[in-house]
Amino acid sequence: MSPDQVLSQFQATGVQTCFHDRHIAPQIYAGLDGTNWRLADYEARGGYSALRKILTEGMTPDQVIAEVKGSGLRGRGGAGFPTGLKWSFMPRQFPGQKYLVCNSDEGEPGTCKDRDILHYNPHIVIEGMAIAAYAMGISVGYNYIHGEIFATYDRFEEALEEARAAGYLGDKIMGSGYNFQLHAAHGFGAYICGEETALLESLEGKKGQPRFKPPFPASFGLYGKPTTINNTETFAAVPWIINNGGPAYLECGKPNNGGTKIYSVSGDVELPGNYEVPMGTPFAKLLELAGGVRKGRQLKAVIPGGSSAPVLPAAIMMECTMDYDSIAKAGSMLGSGAVIVMDDSRSMVESLKRLSYFYMHESCGQCTPCREGTGWLWRVVDRIHNGQGRQTDMDLLNSVADNIQGRTICALGDAAAMPVRAMIKHFRHEFEALIPGYLPKTPVKA
Amino acid sequence: MSIQSTSAGTSAIDAAMLDLFAREVAKYPADQAQSAVMACLTIVQKAHGHVSLESEKVIADYLGMPQIAVHEVTTFYNMYNQHPVGKFKLNVCTNLPCQLRDGATALAHLEKKLGIKMGDTTQDGLFTLQQSECLGACADSPVMLVNDRTMCSFMSNEKLDQLIDGLRTASTGEAH
Repeated sequence: MSPDQVLSQFQATGVQTCFHDRHIAPQIYAGLDGTNWRLADYEARGGYSALRKILTEGMTPDQVIAEVKGSGLRGRGGAGFPTGLKWSFMPRQFPGQKYLVCNSDEGEPGTCKDRDILHYNPHIVIEGMAIAAYAMGISVGYNYIHGEIFATYDRFEEALEEARAAGYLGDKIMGSGYNFQLHAAHGFGAYICGEETALLESLEGKKGQPRFKPPFPASFGLYGKPTTINNTETFAAVPWIINNGGPAYLECGKPNNGGTKIYSVSGDVELPGNYEVPMGTPFAKLLELAGGVRKGRQLKAVIPGGSSAPVLPAAIMMECTMDYDSIAKAGSMLGSGAVIVMDDSRSMVESLKRLSYFYMHESCGQCTPCREGTGWLWRVVDRIHNGQGRQTDMDLLNSVADNIQGRTICALGDAAAMPVRAMIKHFRHEFEALIPGYLPKTPVKA
Repeated sequence: MSIQSTSAGTSAIDAAMLDLFAREVAKYPADQAQSAVMACLTIVQKAHGHVSLESEKVIADYLGMPQIAVHEVTTFYNMYNQHPVGKFKLNVCTNLPCQLRDGATALAHLEKKLGIKMGDTTQDGLFTLQQSECLGACADSPVMLVNDRTMCSFMSNEKLDQLIDGLRTASTGEAH
């Protein structure tokens, strides 16, 4: 056997994470089996009918944007910003080049949904981008794909070739006057490039260091031109909306939270994987789909939206529904929809130590509070974990977090600080218990 | 730690690689060739195993950008190898979602199996072992990326043994 043959035995098949019957009314993952990612398969599932509808029925760009606005689709990358509203920010009469960018730099710990979309249904993203480009009068786009999933990047290139050959991309698409050139680009190991302006810097061939906002990408984006950036899953939702109408999409979620959402469930569950369910599905139901807490243990805590989202204790989490508003009300954020489940055997100090190491490692070094502060956070949590914590360390952690949050160019600083504050807020006793001779400042109530 | 470099002659950037460069440059506006720098570095690393300063110079000249700007990119992104590595570079994710599902155990198992610490390369130059941050395959944990390209999923200790033994056998008899 060659080395490649050896390695091929260990590659994921998607059966565990994507091709299972535990989705609820899926739209993006519907009908996938791992072999049917090619153009002909996508067309057989009704693919490119939304793009055809727009071009042959003469839907105007304004009508497309109105449909997306009416759908309640919100950005699936983490911020949850209304997609139709974002599209309406693009200057319509701008005389020069405008760009469309897909953020497939999926590196938020816990998140692996876009990988399965791109690997098993790449054309849905291409169609979504072509529709978005039409709506905003954009003729060139890039899909920036996480460098760690290189096989998926290679496959996306193949899918692009198929779409070009079939006339879904390129000049005079489907015989219309509309042109759209779409290309794939890749990262190579920098979490920060998931931040949209860092991604633009990276696309320009530079270090991925975020830019000040404003100006926002809609006025000053790629190469200084107006640019719209959306997440992979956001684009993947668009064809369904055009085919079925915005109101139908909104209806399958809940008010202000339209559609289905893919949750990447990882950690202490029996069946980790991606689960596409309607927005507003109770967390308890999602946990059940994932087989429940593994080994019959009790749920202790959940990070509901990727590692940057504040942790929530089990009791709070079990009352939440999985949508932007419910999770925000509970004090965390839905983020990318990465649900990291922790059982009652887990040390929160150890968990925070690993997360703090990550943010220290991935800070781009541009802003002092983040560059220095993330190192402080890790060193202090590390010494607490090693039993060498000091009386003042709990205050010190909060102080360092305070001095990072809100004081940096991009949200990585906030993402490093928020988990610390949430862990201390909900699990302070675990930290204190590891500090030798810790004396609480206020008497502990019985 | 020193690694035998690949045999003489393979560190050149040949016409076939320049063709690949050209395909990447063509994706971008004519005055934005620099956008292709990450792809060009990746092409070089695939062929040579790492990116040397000489390669950076060739890429800089090809794209019309300062060599230091290329070096900034090489050093900023985690996956570029600035020095030769083993024939198989193994990156094991130990970030929190993986830590909860034996990611750290997998790394420790490989350290024991290969007799090296993370960051090091085996004496025979076959394996380099590295800890990595999120690979974006959290539900497949334990996960490992081999030579930047191949993601290996659900890597129990037993499967790790099979993989290492399989790669060793596959490499036996090949000229180093």
